[in-house]
Amino acid sequence: MTGVRVLVGTRKGAFTLTSDAKRKKWKVNGPHFGGWEVYHMAGSPADPNRLYAAPSGGWHGQVLQRSDDGGQTWRAVNNDFAYQSPTTDHLWYDGTPRPWEFKRIWHLEPSHDDPDKLYAGGEDAALYLTTDGGEKWTELTALREHPSGPSWQPGAGGLCLHTIILDPVQQGRIFVAISAAGAFRSDDGGATWLPINKGLRSGEIPDDDAETGHCVHHITQHPSRPDTLFMQKHWDVMRSDDAGGRWREVSGDLPTDFGFPIAVHAHEPETIYVVPITSDSLHYPPDGKLRVYRSRTGGGEWEPLTAGLPQSDCYVNIYRDAMAVDTLDECGIYFGTTGGQVYHSADGGDTWAPIVRDLSAVLSVEVQVLP
Amino acid sequence: MTAPVIRVVLPAHLKTLAKVSGEVRLEVPAPVTQRAVLDAVEARYPMLLGTIRDRHTGKRRAFIRFYACEEDLSHEAPDEPLPARVIEGAEPFIVLGAMAGG
Repeated sequence: MTGVRVLVGTRKGAFTLTSDAKRKKWKVNGPHFGGWEVYHMAGSPADPNRLYAAPSGGWHGQVLQRSDDGGQTWRAVNNDFAYQSPTTDHLWYDGTPRPWEFKRIWHLEPSHDDPDKLYAGGEDAALYLTTDGGEKWTELTALREHPSGPSWQPGAGGLCLHTIILDPVQQGRIFVAISAAGAFRSDDGGATWLPINKGLRSGEIPDDDAETGHCVHHITQHPSRPDTLFMQKHWDVMRSDDAGGRWREVSGDLPTDFGFPIAVHAHEPETIYVVPITSDSLHYPPDGKLRVYRSRTGGGEWEPLTAGLPQSDCYVNIYRDAMAVDTLDECGIYFGTTGGQVYHSADGGDTWAPIVRDLSAVLSVEVQVLP
Repeated sequence: MTAPVIRVVLPAHLKTLAKVSGEVRLEVPAPVTQRAVLDAVEARYPMLLGTIRDRHTGKRRAFIRFYACEEDLSHEAPDEPLPARVIEGAEPFIVLGAMAGG
């Protein structure tokens, strides 16, 4: 292993942070797409030089950028994310009908084995697929056309499709999550979708255990146990051991179970990480202390990780796609804050250090291990 | 008869996206209208598709403005002829981001 490359999307551009496998000294490259909001960047597992980025902005809308040389140069590819079947209405914040309207791409998910194949999750919620490296996009319309679609309602960030998990074992199985519609699974490559929200309880909706309507913030999966999913919901940390068939709460002794990201250790499928946030109305860590919490028991029992993180006067947030892990022997954990810091741990979370401190608000963090 | 050469000023983000600097000069067949100029811009620089107007409806993006000859042409009909001085090349057709944002 020669090193790692961290892909950081911020409110004002994108950055790549590179280091050798020791992860002590870092080189910061960027900003790429300066001035654009980069909700997400992603690298192909099949070709680490193939990167995709999704810059957007109020003036010019969504563009899609692709690099074939690890982020040194970029070129714009197709940005036609028009809905490809008739749209209906969904619910607006106040419960009135609202026409579906494309706003931006939130998440990019490259195929495990084909650099030209990439899924994209949009707002208002839709799932797109390209099989030619971004030259043409096809909407997988069955998701948006799900019978529950007209009842979907945006979370505070919008009606966004923010999580896409391509099952590493079962061909054609895709998990997605939408705020605030909930989680869905397809077992046929996106042709049909099943809501997978049994066991979730959300006090923000009239029927707290409804089939859909839950504000799922993020879901993660360890590739060695694809039927086990971990979820950070608006409130509650949840897990499922049957591919979303049933969820159970594992918030346990967390100081608060509100939060956005959730990650699983690269080599320990029962070791998971969250960053507790005070509440839905106080989007910063409790007591001004930035603490990552780690559970080595798949949830339930948690320990605070504080070494190297600010333990006073810290009022940043950590967004849902702003935490990632690398697959080096000693698993590295990375997360970015709305204060523009990117922190990393090269020892599974025991100790932390900033890589950079003064970027714009960090929207997303991904990491690649370079061959 | 050669088509008029129209001068177009793009906003900073779109110059970066299209990898151009300074004004863009484009041959635009008559009649020279807002739609014809934008068609020519997008034909030369397809990476700008969707960044000035909707790719499918042609509707101007909400935070984009069109100026020329010290006039705001944003709300003119897209098929109205542009001012003579733009068609003569004496003045540029200016695409810019509204003051909001940034």
